[in-house]
Amino acid sequence: MMKAIQNIGITIFLVGFGIFAALPFLGNFKLNEKSFDELITSQGIKSELFIENLKSKIVDKDFSGITSLAPIVETAINDANAVHSKNKEWGKKVYAGSDDFATAIRKKSGYGFIPENKGLMWLITFGLGIIGALMFILPQVITLGKKGIKNDHIYHQSSTNKGWIAWLVFIFLVSFYLVLYFKSEYAVNWTYLVDSISQSLSGNLAGHWFVYGFMYCVVMVVMAIRMYIKYRHNMYQMVRTTSVLFFQIVFAFLIPEIMVRLQLSYSKGYDFKNAFPLDYDFFFNWNLKELISSGGLGLFILVWGILLTVVIVPVMVYFFGKRWYCSWVCGCGGLAETLGDPYRQHSSKSLFSWKVERWLIHGVLLFALVMTGFTLYGFFAETGTVLGIKVQSIMNTYSFLIGAIFAGVIGTGFYPIFGNRVWCRFGCPLAAYLGFVQRFKSRFRITTNGGQCISCGNCSTYCEQGIDVRAYAQKGENIVRSSCVGCGVCSAVCPRGVLKLENGPLEGRINPTDVLLGNDVDLMELVNKK
Amino acid sequence: MEHIVIIGNGISGVTAARHIRKLSDKKITIISAETDYFFSRTALMYVYMGHMKFEHTQPYENWFWKKNRINLVKGFVEQIKHNTKTLLLSNSEEIQYDKLIIATGSKPNKFGWPGQDLNHVQGLYSKQDLDALEANAPNNKVCKRAVIVGGGLIGIEMAEMLRSRNIPVTFLVRESSFWNGVLPDGESQLINEHILEHHIDLRLETNLVEILADENGKARAVTTDKGDTIDCDIVGLTAGVSPNVNFLKESGIEIGRGVKVNRLLETNIKDIYAIGDCAEQHEAIGNRRPIEAVWYTGRMMGETVAQTICGNPTEYKPGHWFNSAKFLDLEYQTYGWVFSNKGKKEYEQHFHWRHSSEKICVTIAFHKETKKFLGINTFGIRMRHEIFDRWLTENRTIEYVLEYLKDANFDPEFYTQYEKEIVAKFNREFNSNIIPKKKSWKRIFTKTKASV
Repeated sequence: MMKAIQNIGITIFLVGFGIFAALPFLGNFKLNEKSFDELITSQGIKSELFIENLKSKIVDKDFSGITSLAPIVETAINDANAVHSKNKEWGKKVYAGSDDFATAIRKKSGYGFIPENKGLMWLITFGLGIIGALMFILPQVITLGKKGIKNDHIYHQSSTNKGWIAWLVFIFLVSFYLVLYFKSEYAVNWTYLVDSISQSLSGNLAGHWFVYGFMYCVVMVVMAIRMYIKYRHNMYQMVRTTSVLFFQIVFAFLIPEIMVRLQLSYSKGYDFKNAFPLDYDFFFNWNLKELISSGGLGLFILVWGILLTVVIVPVMVYFFGKRWYCSWVCGCGGLAETLGDPYRQHSSKSLFSWKVERWLIHGVLLFALVMTGFTLYGFFAETGTVLGIKVQSIMNTYSFLIGAIFAGVIGTGFYPIFGNRVWCRFGCPLAAYLGFVQRFKSRFRITTNGGQCISCGNCSTYCEQGIDVRAYAQKGENIVRSSCVGCGVCSAVCPRGVLKLENGPLEGRINPTDVLLGNDVDLMELVNKK
Repeated sequence: MEHIVIIGNGISGVTAARHIRKLSDKKITIISAETDYFFSRTALMYVYMGHMKFEHTQPYENWFWKKNRINLVKGFVEQIKHNTKTLLLSNSEEIQYDKLIIATGSKPNKFGWPGQDLNHVQGLYSKQDLDALEANAPNNKVCKRAVIVGGGLIGIEMAEMLRSRNIPVTFLVRESSFWNGVLPDGESQLINEHILEHHIDLRLETNLVEILADENGKARAVTTDKGDTIDCDIVGLTAGVSPNVNFLKESGIEIGRGVKVNRLLETNIKDIYAIGDCAEQHEAIGNRRPIEAVWYTGRMMGETVAQTICGNPTEYKPGHWFNSAKFLDLEYQTYGWVFSNKGKKEYEQHFHWRHSSEKICVTIAFHKETKKFLGINTFGIRMRHEIFDRWLTENRTIEYVLEYLKDANFDPEFYTQYEKEIVAKFNREFNSNIIPKKKSWKRIFTKTKASV
């Protein structure tokens, strides 16, 4: 019975998911002259050459969903700019990005079934996806049996053991992020689905980042329900899951949208929990200018952003460990702890991975700090070039390599293969910063319970951060690793009650031992005091 | 360079090797016929259940051994010639040793049941047993029912494993209640109920009579002393383990049930030591058994024998008894001594608290007259090892333990805590007026420092 409901659920989910995945390739687009003129005006384009050229190629022409408009726009931009450069008509040069421009064209020009039936389309994509997923997840209350650890068959199933399902999920996630970051014109059909939701929140039509934000919340809610069922014996997991869900929905999604709706002076909305350097463009030239010119609110955000990074974050890490941020508040962590939970076992525990981790994550932190140094110097010195390097090109490199490829495409796309914390472990500069505080000045530790460890390896296997927890536990040693995000799963899966996340006095927090509690006290003293 | 040879790559042998390496530059060789590398035996069940892959049960990466100059030999020792300090392997290879540590562990008990050596009759101890189970019981179509004989820790693990693949399990237990030779009645009863909740066909006070074979020499059914014949495709023999010492019969090393050792873990033959499950103390230590087939004691003996071998003769003097296990979803921990109703000392009194609906309970043993705290068993509540170890050393009373019980709680954050209820029940039963103190980091930590 339950199995049948689950199978129907999967089918419904796959139908919704299939339609969603097919949308980028469907639909029709035709831009009329009026919309074209509006677009040109809104983008502030002054090049007649470009306007005429593009008009002749696009206006009143039919395009199918699969045709990319970006190359057409790009050719028009290049042709126009070549002439303007030659004629030294600098004011007429076109600086719009071809991808963004193509996306804007599409958004204005879609016609036919999809944009005309937004509600229905939402129902047969998001709606079916949610219903199907819940039909699969909710029966687990019964199918999973008595409450307790539910890791049976994780290494027998294709989806969670890097089988073909995992690879398909991987391909979808990677493609999805590539579309979001680099080919957003293909996301336009998705934006229609959530236009009305976006309008009810911010008053604006949805862009592809709104789709992402909305989807992020939906996925987290659905997968949080799965967490609630899976870990229903474990209050720490229940509370923590609720917390990440709350901060994602309220702070990352709703508040920024509502800020836009209220037409506050700082017009793009702000995620109050997103701390620099994870929020790497906070000190970018344009953002500082916007903050400073946005009056009281702008200044408040500026001060808050600095306080958050310099005072609040480290002080909280001192008291609670970096978990307060990484697995209780952060959006990246929130997705990792919900959507990513089925993949947590794939993080590599080898010593080699640990070495790679330390080089990479500290490298990214250094990159972020150096970049910010350049942007701040450029801001105050009012120059675009520092030490002969264009600040803009450093920012672009970081945004592309770290912001898009690492955090997005690899960070989430690789969930099913490398585990759910690839970004948090190897890339996040904020995590690196918190890690220093956690390692050297924090009350947080995972206490190892005397000599009770049996080296079974559940803790290490299910550590999403790739910490070889067992290596410490079997020596009776507390775990104080900088990368620990305090998800609490090592403690949950331990069959012998060996691990406990706790905040306690600094003294005795780091306690290397050779002979474990339970043996001859004289021997312990002899060996451990050396 | 002195050559230390260790037979067996389990927790005892590997701990000894690691500590000898820490203490010295001696040449170290570990011989095992079971696996190339050390793995955690207690985790085998998780491989079958799909929680882990076999490689995850290996606590050290493969490069560890070479880096620490611990030489691994895959082979089966057939003979120990102590006159010439030579080992003879089954492939006729010979290995010379200067000092030898026997750490060969256990083997599943077989009590001469008819049919005990048939195909699809197995224990669950070795990597080979795991492989056999995977072959014999891959799913509930190949294996329509399993019968498990013997109600101990391995038996219930095996039942849990098979249930994870929806294989019906009949569990024959000799005792009138599960593991009641070790656990007090209340706890034993709690597990009985939990076993039934997991849809395991628990048959108490039932003994195996015979295992019946089909035409291919495979087990097809068992008969019990209750007169039942139970069809099955696999029989799990989990009626305890005994030392794996058969290969030593002709060696001149003194054997009882295990390898006889003194407190220095020395056998009767010079330069030969025995540790872990296979070692048998001439005289039991305190309330312990002469043979302790427990992960922790194996590790402790390894830690200890390394000292002796490296020139610091050290007796095996384990501290306060502790142990833990997991029965299906139920975590169990014990500190100090809490005996079953059968094994209870005449001075031992128990206080038992059980949650009204959840599978959570606590039993505390104390001295009838002096009220001295003797030990605690907990189910579904984790406790701090260091705290109980300290309280046992300090000879605290049960009143003291209850008063400060919150210090000992080791459950994850946000868990419901039951100290109040526990203490209230004690107050009712013993007419006392204990008020539980709030948890204090100061007490938990400062005293630890003083006592270590």
